[in-house]
Amino acid sequence: MVFARSNILGTGLPCPPHVQPDELVAMRAIDGGAKRMSEPSQAPLLQLSKISKRYGGVAALDQVDFSCRGGAVHAVLGENGAGKSTLIKIISGVVRPDEGAIFLDGHHVSFATPAEATRQGIVGVFQELSLIPDLSVEANICLTSPPSRIGIVNLAAQRRFARGLLKRVGCVDVHPGELVRNLSLSRRQMVEIAKALGRKPRLIILDEATSALTGEDVNRVYDLLARLRKEGVAIVYISHRMHEIAHLADECSVFRNGRNVASFANGDHTANEIVGMMIGRDFKHVFPERRAPNRAFHSAIEIDRLSWMDRVKNVSLSIGAGEIVGLGGLDGQGQRELLLALFGVLRGVTGTVRVNGVDVAISSPRTAKSAAVGIALVPEDRKTEGLILPMSIRDNMSLASIARFVRRLVINRKSECAEIDQQVRDMAIKTTNTDAAVDTLSGGNQQKVLIAKWLMTGARILLLSDPTRGIDVGTKQEIYALIRRLADQGAAILFYTTDYAELIGCCDRVAIFYDGSVRRELRGADITEHNIISASLALEVTADGDPETPAQ
Amino acid sequence: MSNVRLWLAQNYAPILTAVVFAAMFGTYIGESSAGWKVAILDTAANNAVVLAIVAMAQTLVVITRGVDLSAGMIFIMANCIASALVVGSPGEVGLGIFGVLLAGTAAGLCNGLLVVLGRLPPIIVTLATGSIFSGIALSIRPTPGGSVNESLADFMTSDIFGAIPVSLILLLAIIVLIWVPFRMSVIGRYCYAAGSAESAAYMSGVPIGRAKLVAYTLAGLLGGIAGLFVTFVTDSGDAGASVGGTYTLNSIAAVVIGGTSLYGGVGGAIGSIFGAFTLRTIDDLLLVFRLPPLWQPLFQGFVLLCAVSLGAVRIFRLHNRLDGFQ
Repeated sequence: MVFARSNILGTGLPCPPHVQPDELVAMRAIDGGAKRMSEPSQAPLLQLSKISKRYGGVAALDQVDFSCRGGAVHAVLGENGAGKSTLIKIISGVVRPDEGAIFLDGHHVSFATPAEATRQGIVGVFQELSLIPDLSVEANICLTSPPSRIGIVNLAAQRRFARGLLKRVGCVDVHPGELVRNLSLSRRQMVEIAKALGRKPRLIILDEATSALTGEDVNRVYDLLARLRKEGVAIVYISHRMHEIAHLADECSVFRNGRNVASFANGDHTANEIVGMMIGRDFKHVFPERRAPNRAFHSAIEIDRLSWMDRVKNVSLSIGAGEIVGLGGLDGQGQRELLLALFGVLRGVTGTVRVNGVDVAISSPRTAKSAAVGIALVPEDRKTEGLILPMSIRDNMSLASIARFVRRLVINRKSECAEIDQQVRDMAIKTTNTDAAVDTLSGGNQQKVLIAKWLMTGARILLLSDPTRGIDVGTKQEIYALIRRLADQGAAILFYTTDYAELIGCCDRVAIFYDGSVRRELRGADITEHNIISASLALEVTADGDPETPAQ
Repeated sequence: MSNVRLWLAQNYAPILTAVVFAAMFGTYIGESSAGWKVAILDTAANNAVVLAIVAMAQTLVVITRGVDLSAGMIFIMANCIASALVVGSPGEVGLGIFGVLLAGTAAGLCNGLLVVLGRLPPIIVTLATGSIFSGIALSIRPTPGGSVNESLADFMTSDIFGAIPVSLILLLAIIVLIWVPFRMSVIGRYCYAAGSAESAAYMSGVPIGRAKLVAYTLAGLLGGIAGLFVTFVTDSGDAGASVGGTYTLNSIAAVVIGGTSLYGGVGGAIGSIFGAFTLRTIDDLLLVFRLPPLWQPLFQGFVLLCAVSLGAVRIFRLHNRLDGFQ
């Protein structure tokens, strides 16, 4: 097995680990074909003209022009809050614009509901899954208009239809009668895409469609997109993964502050320039500096032969006080489960955990956060596991540490508020009122609240599960700096991330997971994309470099 | 083969309820001094079918993640109307039956409209409308009384071929004519979708309002049928508020025992029917074992807790505690 070490498409970005050079060549050929098919003279399938949308006083979209053509992938980039999600909500009929006009095939249209947009051939695959967990895969795929006669569903035809679509997305191993509830997240996302295809889209919107996918399923989506493009379907593609966009897109539009800053053909701008457009500043010193690499750490937590079911296998790892240890590898190799096991969420965990040299039995998050153990977990899903959205910023922040503020059965509001205000200042959380519900904040600020909540417990061991997922570039940088600051203050940090740039830029040491165990530990100068990718794919590496590196 | 396994996995709750009922009913027949007699079967079936139909009505609403606190009140309202209208010549009887069913359907439609158009919580809407239906029933029958066409009543509460109670055939007809088409229909699927994940259903373009309206309206129709049938059994109308309340709560219990999730989107009327049968058989069992009737609520509560606990057993098998939260 070989893989590309070189940057792809001259973007300066590394090749995704799951794409092999042959495939890249194949994709590129399709790229070329699609581009020839879609010369500028071709009329756009969908055109938005001077679209504006305001929420309260804030303009989510401001006089936006946008168009996309059949047989082309149009990538939409931008920080969170740049207007991407409002844009696709308007295209797919979820919200109506305040001003402006939408043209489909040159005809003026307006959609009151998602169903109307679907009837016109516009189908969205959204981040929040639109599947019904208690219905079967086939019922979900045929949800709104199953094959039927006089209102009665034709089960046999439905199954044939579902089988065909599952085959089309490359998921023949999914039984159409299985409940969606029983599928893995990655498989659900694939069913979601199959469902969208079943509506015969002329325009398909993929919103972070690959963020929940395993490597194999990502490749299936790439194949599918190539086929759809050949068939002349227009694809609007939203992703935070720059290498995906460089790899898939024909055209790109960059959004910032509710405006379409620029639309251009893929390859016209480098990734650095694109990021510059997104944040309006240079994308260089993203990661804070490390102090003296390869220095020795005093071990804060030692994990010894930890196992859980068949997902975590004999993991031994120690993290020093002041050290940031990254968990890498392909998605779903047991990294999340390791963090959950350390936080006492999983049942039936074997092996030992020592904190400051003392054996601890962590049976619940309550024990984990207790003073004797002092572990905090910042979960990846801040909306369900991290925060209680309708509760105030203040109450969320003190939720995990509220016991500290209780004097004679009463919460001491004064000391609570003082500490919370301090955190808000330290973390630069942008809010004027900490009594406002936390769901009024932007994603990045919500993430800061979540981290602050766990810092307030005084935990010295921090488990971070993909803390920058779905967050804008600016906030990401702040979080990197924060993590480094915490480490410098003596915290032991276990940092799971799916973005290997973060492993390289942020971590003192990196443990690459493969199939539930640590495949390789990298430190210092060995933390390179090359080593990370080869270990993630479980490739053998010799001492003097990688003999399998393809010819440059 | 895999299809059979999936079917079993997705229908274990109603199957289990049916098995429990069969065991209890078998014990009852075995212990009964009279033994297996069609007359005993008729009586047992007549009582059980009334609750079973109300439980079916409740199921339709629960599937959409609602709850129908007016189910018992629609039922007694229909009972009182039937005790006044279903008399006289065959033509008048026919019209009377139509009127009763129409009243039930209209009551269900009212609930549906308030929930869908008013966007009000079902529990409050049906609490309020239940009061109103109960008031209508009282104004028709301030005291228990009235009557019903006798020959029709006799036929409906007897048996055919000396073996099969007519009430069971009525229940079967309701299953075949109302439940199965609903379950197989597109609108039925919309109801399940809306109950399981309303926002996902909306994002998929499911007409949620229409689906709920159909569920509530059909529930009203079933309440009307139950009220009509109970009139044949008792030969009178009774607007006693406690009757309606008891039927409402028992219907919810039957729904839960039959494996329908109060969180919506899971379950079905077949389970609820066996749930209702199970609840009814508790009374009969207490009778044969000569236990004081005071024990009845105790046992009902016990069975209900067992049913709910069975659904919760999976919590102990979870390896990831997060999977235990809804």
